[in-house]
Amino acid sequence: MNAIITVVGKDRVGIIAAICVKLAEFNINVLDISQTILHGSFTMVMAVDIAQANTAFNKVAEGLKELGEDMGLSIHIQREEIFDAMHTI
Amino acid sequence: MINQKDILSTIQMIQQQHLDIRTVTMGISLLSCSDESIERACDKIYDKICRYAQKLVPVCEDIEIELGIPIVNKRISVTPIALVAAACSSADYAPFADALDRAAKNCGVNFIGGFSALVQKGMTDADRNLINSIPDALSRTDLVCSSVNVGSTRSGINMDAVALMGRVIKETAEKTKDRDGIGCAKLVVFCNAVEDNPFMAGAFHGTGEPEKVINVGVSGPGVVYNALKDIRKEPLDVVAETIKRTAFRVTRVGQLVAQEASARLDTPFGIVDLSLAPTPAIGDSVARILEEMGLEVCGTHGTTAALALLNDAVKKGGVMASSSVGGLSGAFIPVSEDEGMIAAARCGTLCIDKLEAMTCVCSVGLDMIAVPGDTPAETISAIIADEAAIGMVNNKTTAVRVLPTPGTRVGDTVKMGGLLGDAPVMGVHRESSADFIARGGRIPAPMHSLKN
Repeated sequence: MNAIITVVGKDRVGIIAAICVKLAEFNINVLDISQTILHGSFTMVMAVDIAQANTAFNKVAEGLKELGEDMGLSIHIQREEIFDAMHTI
Repeated sequence: MINQKDILSTIQMIQQQHLDIRTVTMGISLLSCSDESIERACDKIYDKICRYAQKLVPVCEDIEIELGIPIVNKRISVTPIALVAAACSSADYAPFADALDRAAKNCGVNFIGGFSALVQKGMTDADRNLINSIPDALSRTDLVCSSVNVGSTRSGINMDAVALMGRVIKETAEKTKDRDGIGCAKLVVFCNAVEDNPFMAGAFHGTGEPEKVINVGVSGPGVVYNALKDIRKEPLDVVAETIKRTAFRVTRVGQLVAQEASARLDTPFGIVDLSLAPTPAIGDSVARILEEMGLEVCGTHGTTAALALLNDAVKKGGVMASSSVGGLSGAFIPVSEDEGMIAAARCGTLCIDKLEAMTCVCSVGLDMIAVPGDTPAETISAIIADEAAIGMVNNKTTAVRVLPTPGTRVGDTVKMGGLLGDAPVMGVHRESSADFIARGGRIPAPMHSLKN
């Protein structure tokens, strides 16, 4: 089962590293990463596989949110289906 | 992988433009709960609702987190209580409302609808008992919503029921006057009521529905408003096309949530209701969409045309996005629950006569409108009759939910708080309709009801 992680905020050293460490703790595999600077803010979209995750989805979401708060970023994880539903026919 | 731009646009819709699922409503049949003893019937009702809906709130909360979309309300609708209560020997049906209220609180839902009667062609004793119990029921419960269907295209308008409802609304306002007459915010009078409406206060679980069902109501005025900001000065067919596309996206989320909830609750999926439901929050207003189309203030000339376009485009966009569309499905124009409508009413541009015209082209009707506290019951009945006539002749659902809060005058504000918002008191015509309402009887069904 895939999910999409979005990260928006001010660019700094170590954002990807910190998020990947957190994901490794949850045993979540990163499938794809794309990042850009949009209207001056760092914007990253990650596709991840949560099928083998060792933690419940709500705890993963909470963990990432806390990490985001520590780093001054907004981090969200959502199941991929919502984007599929909205943007594909 | 999905296009990054699409992903970010979804995030923006949810975080900045108030995209949400307005309600997941579980419909539950209570027909099996009839009993001669009102105590036993109430116990059965409480047990059945708790059994079926126990997991509704936690499941919806899980879906909210996983899909990252807020589900604002979790609700329950039940079989019209007048049908369930008909077997009882008691004439006071308020204890049924108590049982519904307790069950709703136990399940943690926001509202429970179905303290209802369908009397479009005539009233049974149980219907009359239920209607007479409404003021008491709504004043002593917190979460119970009530609706009465007084007309239909097929049957005409039951003017005896219309007259009675004017008095019931006044009495409900009086009984809840210490809370700004909030009872009336939970009471709606319908023509052509639908059996699968997930929205309150008018939700009930019709007799043609299954044992239990999941219906979902979507929202998203803010998303439509923002989409229109990008196409200023374009012709109206471009506006319609843009609304259609936006409505498609919004409805697809509703469909996804409905499927998830249905599977996890082991409950059949009923319908997605494609309504554009506003909230009092800034940026979540239907009125502001109409103004974005080029009207200085909602309620001025052109408003009905703009609303007709909006309502139709929402349906056309939504209908392809869901496997089953139902409920009310259209733009809502509740005055107190829409920041732009409140502003338009305050400045005097939006009046009750214009709202009545607007209800001809959208769902649903004169909704959440505060009228002066001294408005006679007959005038309220006449307002109901006008709306019912629009619904009956145009083959659509119409409704009246007015708030004649005691002691209020034109220019005052009735503060409901939360999603119910604040309603500026609007003027009504002072000339009497009393003799017309006193006639009673029935307005016959229109010619086009004879379709067979």
